[in-house]
Amino acid sequence: MIRVELSKMVRSRRTWVTILLIDALPSLVAVLLSLTAIGPRPGTGPAFLSAVLTDGTLFPLAALAIVLPLLLPIAVALTAGEAVAGEAQQGTLRYLLVRPVGRLSFLVAKMVAVMAFVVITIVVVAVTAYVLGVLLLGNGEVTAGSAVVPGGTSVSGTTLSTPELVGRTALALAYAILCMAGVAAIALFLSTVADSPLGAALGTMAVLIASTLLFTLDAADVVRDVLPTRYWLAFVDLFRDPVLWRDVVRGVLLQLAYVVVFFGAAWANFATKDVTD
Amino acid sequence: MIRTHGLTKRFGRVAAVSDLDLDVREGDVYGFLGPNGSGKTTTVRMLLGLVLPTSGTAEVLGRPMPASAAEVLPQVGAMVEGPAAYGQLSGRRNLSLYDAAGRGSRSGRAGRVDDALARVGLSGVDRRPVHAYSLGMRQRLGLAQALLTSPRLLVLDEPTNGLDPQGIRDIRALLLDLNAAGTTVLVSSHLLAEIEQTCGRVGVISRGRLVVQDDLDALRGPTGRQLLRTVGATHGERAAGVLGRAVEERDGERLIVRGEDPAAMVAALVGAGVPVVEVTPERRTLEGVVLDATGAGSDDFSTSDHGREGAA
Repeated sequence: MIRVELSKMVRSRRTWVTILLIDALPSLVAVLLSLTAIGPRPGTGPAFLSAVLTDGTLFPLAALAIVLPLLLPIAVALTAGEAVAGEAQQGTLRYLLVRPVGRLSFLVAKMVAVMAFVVITIVVVAVTAYVLGVLLLGNGEVTAGSAVVPGGTSVSGTTLSTPELVGRTALALAYAILCMAGVAAIALFLSTVADSPLGAALGTMAVLIASTLLFTLDAADVVRDVLPTRYWLAFVDLFRDPVLWRDVVRGVLLQLAYVVVFFGAAWANFATKDVTD
Repeated sequence: MIRTHGLTKRFGRVAAVSDLDLDVREGDVYGFLGPNGSGKTTTVRMLLGLVLPTSGTAEVLGRPMPASAAEVLPQVGAMVEGPAAYGQLSGRRNLSLYDAAGRGSRSGRAGRVDDALARVGLSGVDRRPVHAYSLGMRQRLGLAQALLTSPRLLVLDEPTNGLDPQGIRDIRALLLDLNAAGTTVLVSSHLLAEIEQTCGRVGVISRGRLVVQDDLDALRGPTGRQLLRTVGATHGERAAGVLGRAVEERDGERLIVRGEDPAAMVAALVGAGVPVVEVTPERRTLEGVVLDATGAGSDDFSTSDHGREGAA
């Protein structure tokens, strides 16, 4: 069943259009930055953006910071929100279930397909951003112009060697993927509850927007640490020197908890649900 | 093949199906007849494990459903409430996705898909996506999907919906063909004529309850009356005089006469000089049986007055 879902996802034109659109925004930013060379002042704007003007190899991270808060979650919410409700609305759910496809393996396959979509998207964004970053913004060696430490600059201002930078970038990408797994689990659960795929997607976005809003509200202090978006941007900490693990570790645990709880809820609801569409 | 005991499904306070004892035997072409909203689709969904019964049990192929779904369903082909497919994909691609989701081996896939398409008359189908199909083609594709696994049991909900007369004949011939080759078939429909022409056994559901279940021939058995025709109204009147109180109805030259012995009637009439052109034993019609069983007030077989199936 996993293979079926993956093939549906890969063969769907919508998948690639979505990835293209997501990829377009950081690419646009790269072009604008290279044309104007006006970066946000350090400490403002999306993470890393001020750093990339001097070091294009950091642009994949800047791109990640651009797509992670909004574009990617929307795409994930739409894709995962459609997983069950979309098949139900289309009528194909009942025909898949009588093949038979077990209800749990159906949910697992959907989750895997959504995560595969996320991985493809993030890899595409990272690769495009790296290429554009190096081409348009140059790398640290060139702009530094002097005796050359290959690698990049950490957010803390110290220099990172290339293997270090690559390793940390990989970690950051993995972290972003995990954050999206949390979103996907929420959307998948809502997709087993809602009648319409759009309802499930909008519900998920509402959760994320509420979370972002509450995060800025002092009065919401008590719930702040369990908000799904609480540690999303903690991957920036992976580029401090030394790495600031605290938020990253908490973020990982929190996202794992979201995946377990909401995937469990999705299963609990779907396993005994009457399929009447 | 299918046996249910006290099968009941409630949606909230509405009982869609109550206390249903269905009995479909191996080799049957079983017609499951009922107006829209009478609980046909809900029953079919329960048999397939899509809807869980509130109470009662269902056995399919001798195994309890939905508990044994994993063993039972690979041997069952189903079409429930119209076909469904991925609109942006071709018919062939749709079938191969459905097949891949099931248990069939990868190597035999293309062959199974081709066979199924050929059976329903879609073998010449091109790469057009399904959303460009006509209603009839979609219906055929849905049937092909049900036939992919060469099932022992076919469960078809309204299989001729949207087909033109030729398509309906094709499907009927296909079902009888499959049945002759050993496939048990359950067809649900709200069309009396369709059931009457295809099925050997009939179950009639009304407001969630099974009101009739019997062989079609038994249901359409003789009523113990003879339909008798003579020549012209004058002869008709004389015939009525000859046969006396046995005549229950007369319309010109046609008479309906109570009695099991047509030979004696004819002899009496001919002896009295009344020509007899035709004598046939009167048989009950399925329509009559259904109307009797469903009682007054539910004789409208076309409207969805309960709205249950619409909600389901």
